[in-house]
This record gives sequence, structure tokens and C-alpha cells, in this order.
Amino acid sequence: MSYLPHILITDALIYFLLVLVVGFAVYASRHEHLRAPWRQVFNRPLAVAALMVLSVYISIGLADSVHLRERISDTGADRADMEAQYSHQVISLLDIFLGSLRQHSEKTYSMPFATHAFSMETVIGQDGSVRREHPRLLYGGAHLKDISKRGQDIAVKTVTGILVGLIAWLLFAVLIIKVVAVRTHMAAGALWLRIKRGDTRFPWRSALSTGAVISAIVSALIVLSGNYHVLGTDQVGNDVLYKSLKSIRTGLLIGTLTTLVMLPFAVSLGIMAGYLRGWVDDVIQYTYTTLSSIPGVLLIAAAILSLQVYMTANPEQFTTVAERSDMRLLFLCIILGGTSWTGLCRLMRGETLKLREVDYIQAAVALGVPTRKIMLRHIFPNVMHIVLISVVLDFSGLVLAEAVLSYVGVGVDPAMDSWGNMINGARLEMAREPMVWWSLSAAFVFMFGLVLSANLFSDAVRDAFDPRLRKR
Amino acid sequence: MTAYIVRRILYAIPILLGVNILTFALFFVVNSPDDMARVHLGVKRVTPEAIDNWKSEHGYDRPLLFNSKEAGLEKITDTIFFQHSARLFVFDFGQSDDGRDIGYDISQRMWASLAIALPTFIVGVLINITFALLLAFFRGSLFDISGVILCVILMSISGLFYIIGGQYLLSKLWHLVPISGYDSGVNALKFLVLPVIIGVIGGIGAGTRLYRTFYLEEINKDYVRTARAKGLSELQVLFRHVLKNAMIPILTGVVVVIPLLFIGSLIMESFFGIPGLGSYTIDAINSQDFAIVRAMVFLGSVLYILGLVLTDISYTLVDPRVRLN
Repeated sequence: MSYLPHILITDALIYFLLVLVVGFAVYASRHEHLRAPWRQVFNRPLAVAALMVLSVYISIGLADSVHLRERISDTGADRADMEAQYSHQVISLLDIFLGSLRQHSEKTYSMPFATHAFSMETVIGQDGSVRREHPRLLYGGAHLKDISKRGQDIAVKTVTGILVGLIAWLLFAVLIIKVVAVRTHMAAGALWLRIKRGDTRFPWRSALSTGAVISAIVSALIVLSGNYHVLGTDQVGNDVLYKSLKSIRTGLLIGTLTTLVMLPFAVSLGIMAGYLRGWVDDVIQYTYTTLSSIPGVLLIAAAILSLQVYMTANPEQFTTVAERSDMRLLFLCIILGGTSWTGLCRLMRGETLKLREVDYIQAAVALGVPTRKIMLRHIFPNVMHIVLISVVLDFSGLVLAEAVLSYVGVGVDPAMDSWGNMINGARLEMAREPMVWWSLSAAFVFMFGLVLSANLFSDAVRDAFDPRLRKR
Repeated sequence: MTAYIVRRILYAIPILLGVNILTFALFFVVNSPDDMARVHLGVKRVTPEAIDNWKSEHGYDRPLLFNSKEAGLEKITDTIFFQHSARLFVFDFGQSDDGRDIGYDISQRMWASLAIALPTFIVGVLINITFALLLAFFRGSLFDISGVILCVILMSISGLFYIIGGQYLLSKLWHLVPISGYDSGVNALKFLVLPVIIGVIGGIGAGTRLYRTFYLEEINKDYVRTARAKGLSELQVLFRHVLKNAMIPILTGVVVVIPLLFIGSLIMESFFGIPGLGSYTIDAINSQDFAIVRAMVFLGSVLYILGLVLTDISYTLVDPRVRLN
């Protein structure tokens, strides 16, 4: 089967961001003054563990950001003279990995690990009798011949999954230890003992054990989700695990693209205001005071309302559902950026005000370095730590904001998979009797994992890069 | 002092003008009144007459900024900008899109918002200050570390989950308080308990952690060492010296939100069915009532700027080093 790549705008921005991050990593690794604080970050066990969890989220999000359109192969043999036909449905690399999870949709709600639907249905038996019963699910536990063995089957599968995951990780860990041992000129056994005691500079013990836990969970999920809906199904019968995984991209995008969008403005305007002073300073200060005096949610609501009106008025510009929701997501990022750049801009201005009186700037001025060059070469690198700190600190707040905004009705497109939309839907589900709790719980667990690890990691970054904290 | 306050208020005017122009641009320039009418009337069965009708009913049939048909001053006053945006300056909010007087609605609804927001705010700040003091007292100990980690965990949970979880536990499972609703007078009390508790718990993580850093910043200063050196006990140092000085950064964050308590919390009020300004705004967003959203944006900015002024004034009251000039 062949595919045609299909790049959404947000995808392109994500690739751009990825290039930036990799570029920065390479740059930082070559400069000692940047390498030192990062080393400090990576020496914290909690930060390393958080980063490993984050990287799982990020890789899922990245896999979900490679979009493809499937080739429609109706005739079997492709003829060279025929132009290939591609489906209009845009799927991602993640969808291909999760093939069965995406396609195994039931009719409606079912509990996690259920074999039968959650609600009763009227079934007409073979002898014409009418009964009310929970119908058997199409996929959930369909392989079971004897339903009473379900518990046993789940236990066996879970244990198998965990064991496979652990063994795979063990092999990987052994490989890593060997490599590290060779590179540090240590016997592998001695290194292993030191790792076990937690007596290494890089917190190998916490890294390896976090990896083991992640690997066990992932592999257990893979084994189980082939035969069950591990987190149940939602109202239209879609697998909740699949939805939660798809929501990761939305959350990450909101958290990162917002920053990417606002960063150029916040940094350049902040530095300009602080360095140039005078009327430039007045105008920029006025702009951000005005923007920040509007309560954020209200400004976002007003802007999204305007966008909705625009989209209703110009439907021809948004052809596919994916493009429509993608546009809305991007716009949401831009607005969120518009409301959140003011804080960073103020910080930049304050720091630049301090920096412009420092000796090396004064020396540059005296040597006749052009103003633009001073700002770019001398001030910008010296405010980077503030940018970095605020970027990582903002991330988790933005992920949380997405949920609230979607709930208010001004978040991402209702058709898009997002934790906010899942929580929003859960309002009605909670009112049902008996309650449908699994969508909400799934959104909770996935969001909590991302935000907590982002918070822990960003704390470490702040502690390492903030010079005020470094002194103590 | 009076001169300072007057100057601050004068300084607020250009900012409010900016807010006004911004909302005007968002609502009338990005989308013409025609588009708004189409959204309101539904896209399918819309006729040009219906649009014109809707526009003249709501006063959107004027030119945007300059009316060349009228004479004299009317050229400027008989425009959408003047009639719908500039009037907000004298708190004349006009009518909502379904014909209700917004100013009256606001004056009726803000008390319900305040009834939730004020107790949440006061109890929340007191609890945060206490917990942070406790952590700062035991700083560096296992208690402190686990407290901070607990704060980070609490911070990592979306506010929506606190609300849903609280409603489930206290109302659905234990039947202690009604799940949502509101009543007038003393009867409102039983409806207020749950939102206030949830509001306080939801804010503990971030608040406690922030205040703890304020205390720790003060604790490392010289005057604290002097206080210890002259033989004060750690408790006396904390309460008499550190707490007082840490109040200055705490005030920055606290005073600025006091005026905003009037417009309440969007999420809380819509979850608990409280007829305050927050739910008013959410309803307006959902029914795409632009007049109300515009009014609330303006009101919110006015209150925020008021909060900034109050913050500056409170500085002079608590910190004798700050002189207003």
C-alpha cells in the first residue's frame, strides 16, 4: 500500500520547531556555558525521569504529526499510465501503528475490558422472542470462547505484556550499560554496582527504572489492546485509548506552538523597548499593558467567536474537516500567544534595562558597534535563559488551558480529539445512571502524566538556568 | 496621594481606549455586521431583508467610524463605534442581542458571583499563607519536600477535575450538599459550600508553592540573621519578620485580583449553575451574543486596571520605602 504525504500547517510548524530544538541542542552542546546548566538538569533524577515520560508523549505526538493520504487501490494492479488516486481521508503515522485500535469501533459505550455493551438493547431471538440484554461487543473480548474465563485471560495477557516489556528493556539496558562501560573505561560489572547504589553522575538508576516501568506499561497495553478496549469505548463506540493517544498531539501543539508563535514578538519587542527606550518603549509598553488588561479568557472567547463568524461566512476556504480543525487549532495558538506574550515581553524589557548599563554593552557602544548588532549579538544571548525558563514553565499551563477553553466552547474544534473535548463530553456521561466514568478518567490520567512531568522537568530547568537560584 | 491616584486614573484612560478599539476591531472590522447577522439568523434561510432588519433592530446599520450622511457632530456620534463601543466608557452597556438591558443584568448578577468568589479568595489566601509558612518553618525537611511535591501534583491537575471530582464525592456519593443551583439570601449558603471548597483546594498547589518561595527569599536575608542572632525563636522570626516582609510580594498578586472577583469564575459558575457574571459570559459565548461579550471584555479590563491602581496604593501602605511620585 502506498501513501501520499499530506502536510498540514501545524505539521509544518512542528517540523520547524523540531529543527529549532535540534539546532539549539547542537549549539548548546558545543558551548560550555550552556552545557553546564543542562548537565545540572540531567543530573537530577526526577528531571530525567520526567523527561523520559515526556519523550514518550513527544514521540507519540510526532508520529501523529506525519500525515498521509492512503492510496486507493481498487483495480489491484497499478497501471503506469493511470494517475494514482488518493483517499481524501487524512491519516497519520500513528493511525497506521494503531491500525486495529482505530478501526475496532463498537456501537456505543462499553466499559474498560468489557465483552458486552454498557447499555441494554432490545434483541429479537431466533424463536421470535423479544429480550432486553447487553449485546456482545464486536471486538472487545471477541476471541473468548468462554466469557467466564475473561479475568484469567486478562491476567495472563497483562503478565505476558509486562514480562515481554521488562525483558526487552533489560536487553536494551544491558546494551546501554555495556556502551557506557566502554566509554567510561569501567568494567560493566562495577558500573552496574554503582548504578544499583545510585552512585553515578548521570542518574542511571532512575533513568533505567523509569524506562522499565514505561516499557512494561506500553507493552502490556499493546498486548491487551489487541483483544480488549482497555479504556472502554465512548458514545459512538470509538476506543477511548485511541482517542486519548490522539489527544496528545493537540495538547503538545497548544503547549509548544503558542510559544513558537509569540516568541519572536515578545523577545524582539521586549529587547527593543528596553534598549531603545524613548517613544519605542512607550508604544510597546502601551501595547502590552492594553493587551494584558483584558482578561485572557474573554479575549480568547471574543477572538474565537470572530473566527467562527469568519468561517461561517467563508466556508469555501476550508475544504476538509482536518483543514478546518487545523486552522482553528493554529488560530487558537495564535490567540493564546497573543494573550501570553505580554508577560515575557515585560520580563525581556526589564532584563534589557538592566543589561544596557552593564560594562560590556557600554564597551560595545563605545567601540561603535551598530545598535542592531548590539541587540542581536550582545543582549539577545544574555536574555536567552529567561526565554527558556518561561517557555518550559508556560508549557504545562497551556496544556491545562486547552481543557478549560474547550469546555467553555472556545477551544479546539469539537471534532478534534482533545482532552478538553473528552472532559466536555464527560459532563453528560457523569449524569448517566450508572455513570460512564472511563472517558473522564482516561483524559485525567493522560493529562496528569503530561502536565506533571512537564512541571517537574521545568522546575529543574528553572533551577539550573536562573542565576538568582544558582547562587544559593 | 490624591494627586497620584488621579494621575493613575488618567493614565488608565488611553489603555481603556486601546481596549475599546481592539474589541471594536475584533467584532466589527474582522467581521462585518452582515456576517454577525448571518450567524444569528442561521446561514440557510437568510435573506438580505432579514439581515437589514436584524441590523437596524440592533443599531448595527450605521457606518463603522464616520457617517458622511449626517451633519456636524452627528458625523461622528451616529456611528457604530460611537454608539456601541465608546458608550462603554460611561458604563452604558446598551442592549444584548436578544434585547435585554446589559447594565441591569450585570448589576443583578454580580452579587451571586461575589458570593462565590469572595469567600473562595479570602479562605484561599489565608490557607495558602498558612501552609506556606508551615513548609517554610520545616524547610529542607522531609515534610517540606513532600509538601512541595504534593503542591506540584495538585498543580498538575486541571481545575475541571477538581470540580467534577468534588461534585461526585460530596454531592453524588455522600449527599452532603446539593450538586448545583442557587437561591437568594441565607438559603444560598448550602449551594456555596461546594464551589468554595473546590475553589480553595484547586488553588492550594500553586499558591502555597509560590508563597513558600517568597518566604524562603526573605529567610536568607540579613535582617533575619540579625533577628536570630539577638535570640528570637524561629517562630518569632517567622511571624514577626519574615511574614511581614513577604507580604509585599504576596500583595502584588492578591490585590490585583480583588476587583476581578466581581466578574466571577466562568468555569465554576457554569458547573454549579450559579447565576453570576461568569455564567452570564459563558451563556453569551455559547449563544454568540456579541454585545454581552463586548461589555464583559470592557468591564474586565476596567476592573483589572482598578486592581493595578489598588496594588500601587497598597504598596505605599505596607512598604514605607515606596514613595509615590
